[in-house]
Amino acid sequence: MGTIYRITGPVVTAKGLQAKMYDVVKVGHEKLMGEVIQISDDKTIIQVYEDTSGLKPGEPVETTGEPLSVELGPGLLNSIYDGIQRPLPELKKGAGDFISRGLTAPALDRKKKWEFKPIVKKGDIVKAGTAIGTVKEFNTEHRILAGPKTRSGKVNEIKEGSFTVEETVCRLDNGESIRLMQKWPVRKGRTIEKKLLPNIPLITGQRIFDVMFPLAKGGVAAIPGPFGSGKTVSQQQLAKWADAEVIVYVGCGERGNEMTEVLEEFPRLIDPRTDQPLMNRTILIANTSNMPVAAREASIYTGITIAEYYRDMGYSVALMADSTSRWAEAMREISSRLQEMPGEEGYPSYLSTKLAEFYERAGRAKTLSGREGSVSVIGAVSPPGGDFSEPVTQSTLRVVKVFWALDAKLAQRRHFPSINWLTSYSLYPDILEKWFEENAAKDWRACVNRIMGILQEEDRLLEIVQLIGSDALPEKERITLRVARLIRETLLQQNAFHPIDTYCPPKKAYMMMRTILKYADLANSALESGTRAQKILDMKSKDRIVEVKFEKNYESFLKSIESEMEKEIKG
Amino acid sequence: MEKEYKTITKIAGPLIFVKKTEPIGYADMVKIQTPSGEIKTGQVLDTSDDVVVVQVFEGTSGLDVQTRVKFLGENIKLPVSEELLGRILNGAGKPIDGGPEIIPDEKIDITGAAINPVARASPSDFIQTGISTIDLMNTLVRGQKLPIFSGSGLPHNEIALQIARQAKVVGKETSFVVVFAAMGITNEEAQKFINDFEQTGALKRSVVFLNLADDPAVERLITPRMALTAAEYFAFKKDMHVLVILTDMTNYAESLREIGAAREEIPGRRGYPGYMYTDLASIYERAGIIHGKKGSVTQIPILTMIGDDITHPIPDLTGYITEGQIVLSRELHRKGIYPPIDVLPSLSRLMNLGIGPEKTREDHKQVSDQLYANYAEGRDLRGLAAIVGEESLAERDKKLLRFAAEFEDQFVRQGKNENREIKEGTLNTSWKLLSTLPENELIRISPDTKKKYHGKNLP
Repeated sequence: MGTIYRITGPVVTAKGLQAKMYDVVKVGHEKLMGEVIQISDDKTIIQVYEDTSGLKPGEPVETTGEPLSVELGPGLLNSIYDGIQRPLPELKKGAGDFISRGLTAPALDRKKKWEFKPIVKKGDIVKAGTAIGTVKEFNTEHRILAGPKTRSGKVNEIKEGSFTVEETVCRLDNGESIRLMQKWPVRKGRTIEKKLLPNIPLITGQRIFDVMFPLAKGGVAAIPGPFGSGKTVSQQQLAKWADAEVIVYVGCGERGNEMTEVLEEFPRLIDPRTDQPLMNRTILIANTSNMPVAAREASIYTGITIAEYYRDMGYSVALMADSTSRWAEAMREISSRLQEMPGEEGYPSYLSTKLAEFYERAGRAKTLSGREGSVSVIGAVSPPGGDFSEPVTQSTLRVVKVFWALDAKLAQRRHFPSINWLTSYSLYPDILEKWFEENAAKDWRACVNRIMGILQEEDRLLEIVQLIGSDALPEKERITLRVARLIRETLLQQNAFHPIDTYCPPKKAYMMMRTILKYADLANSALESGTRAQKILDMKSKDRIVEVKFEKNYESFLKSIESEMEKEIKG
Repeated sequence: MEKEYKTITKIAGPLIFVKKTEPIGYADMVKIQTPSGEIKTGQVLDTSDDVVVVQVFEGTSGLDVQTRVKFLGENIKLPVSEELLGRILNGAGKPIDGGPEIIPDEKIDITGAAINPVARASPSDFIQTGISTIDLMNTLVRGQKLPIFSGSGLPHNEIALQIARQAKVVGKETSFVVVFAAMGITNEEAQKFINDFEQTGALKRSVVFLNLADDPAVERLITPRMALTAAEYFAFKKDMHVLVILTDMTNYAESLREIGAAREEIPGRRGYPGYMYTDLASIYERAGIIHGKKGSVTQIPILTMIGDDITHPIPDLTGYITEGQIVLSRELHRKGIYPPIDVLPSLSRLMNLGIGPEKTREDHKQVSDQLYANYAEGRDLRGLAAIVGEESLAERDKKLLRFAAEFEDQFVRQGKNENREIKEGTLNTSWKLLSTLPENELIRISPDTKKKYHGKNLP
């Protein structure tokens, strides 16, 4: 037990405290939650997650002896937490509409009973990470894992029936007991067997992502979010359709009213696969800009630890962090309170290390239970003044492999999803090539490359068109422009609100590419054999390709268009 | 408990350093008596076993090491009651209108607490300000925080006043309670505000907090919090709809920097403290609507951009917290256009929540998109016209160039007391402008809507 020596804003210095780095401490008579961030001589420096007004020197400081941890167990799904995993609806019940100080509420409901079905039986060997049984959490099979620190032993006793998260369901012969719930320190990645290559795509059903800039399961992507660029719809589409079983959304330092939009919108979204509310496989973490800054700093870690927990069960998890710039600012603020020597633009010199460490926690992994799981991270960055050269964006771009450049200009032109195909990039196509070859089409990559080539050619041509007008272009080039338009309107644009177009499987995307390229081939060979460009441009059948977006039986539809095109070009 | 200390060891800028004996609470209020008997107030910024740092709101002039310091053992609180309406207070919440002291219903800590995100309700009521550029193209919604980014010498105060006078929710009779907080504005400007409030009778439904240019700079740090505490009291305890005007946030931020410098903190961008984002958020985020409560807090902070630079830390950080911004343009002002609102960099992020068939009119969004598109193009063409001459432009370009001029003259320009109704005033004016363009130019507007309004003789 120590006492407070000094208080300045969210930073409190205690003396006489026997605490380790990053231990959680309770500060003052109100037991405000804080975390040890520096130790010098007999002084311990603590960042406090709550408002420190009224704290006095001399008040007691107690260490819990544990680092900042989250509770992991059944009941996480459908929850809304703040940055340090306090359930916001519970806080509201207890304290009203405003978040006052010293509030606590357990992250997992202590009273709720869960129906536990064992997997292991008496005499089985259980070691760290073994799935000993399951609990049904909405539609998700929540696998109860032996904690990563469990010593292996034989099962002495395993129960079946209804239990609360705190009740022991399994005992081992070495004295270990396993409950439905476990704890894990947020700043430390959960133990895994080994990392696997991210060679499976995270299929999102959105053509611009899957075809042009694919994200691997366990990969990391950054979205810069200038306003009015349709970030929200893109995020919701990802949450709805990405083939991830669990979604973790971290609202980190966002506006209150915007967070409200997420909080009101997500529960209304229906999971297209199960027809149940999407919230039933979602965890929301909301720490708005005026909630304590230290909790904002922690929120990202809270989110990724929960994501890792579901990964360990063998699930594919997608984590969306909005926005990592606000998180970096929280680090900057705390660093300046500590009087650390600032680096670029006042950010601490360890900014890029911290960002890299965080993104490195994503990945596809073989878990301790032998299953395969993944955490994919999609982080939003909000560069001030739209300046991509600032430290947070730069440090982020150094570690992420995918960059989805949302473009406000495209949004204004009503091109959705408004991802700019010239400035975006993905470094995964090589590693994912095999998967697409096996699961979509042999010549997938070749098609994608041709499409990309045409789009780049278009960009070059459009510059010329601006100077001399499109009529002055050579015939071949005019056809290229037409094909590019076809690509943009058919392949790149996608209607999130149309029941069929909202999700596009890779097969369909491939067929679309093929038909478009077929038109390009037909057109070019016809041109070579002397057909006038105008005739090729006037072809009616190709105008119908775009309709395939709204077709369920896309294969037969495209086949009929292809044969019509052939007829038309000959005739 | 309230011991007096005479143990000041250092006085630097607005700060005093007191060696003390008893433990003193962080952010506690402090009373300081100068040798001449004057009473000043302050707040604890840093407290430890050895020394307590106090920021003195009225400045440290006249203080010496003999000065008596008394720690009050509580946070700064604002006494509130409905009697606050119609009153003029100084930046620290004391009446300066010659009226009686406020008899409080309760005293509220001015720090405020964050609204629990799950308790917030989405803003959705359209506020008609009577200013076309705001109502049609950058719609203000109840519960929003929408700042005005201005420059020195631009009429932001007139615009704020006009909004305060005219703001109403269509179809609902209740008018707004206005909480007005002035930070470091001149006496002349303040007079103008108060006179206007008195003349229009708005003062009866207003609370005015005045920290003038010659008032202590440090006091500015509490003025907006006082105002917002009053606003929250009226909104969430008395079911009123409150419009808060904070002017000028630039002065606030400079005071923040001053304190930071006096404490010898390591500065961030342009010398502003690293925690400025969080500090500003703790002000701007105090707006919104709460589920189950009838009232609301809508905020219009005003800030002057230093050197008209929108990437300066103050407007930059503000823009990341607020839900959009109204940007004033020096160019329009020079042309003699009032209000000189430049719609192109302006934005209201909550606009779509407040407009539409039931709230305003079905053509609102389309008309707004179309005006944006055509005006942007018309403005771009001005550069070209300056080089090649207007005559050599294509017919279509000439039309757009004329459109941009007409748009500024008829749509942007309006009288200081002109209160345009959204349908008859603003939307129909827009259609008059759009009717100067051929129908097939209006690609943002659906054929049905065009049929109904384009080229029609609207009232």
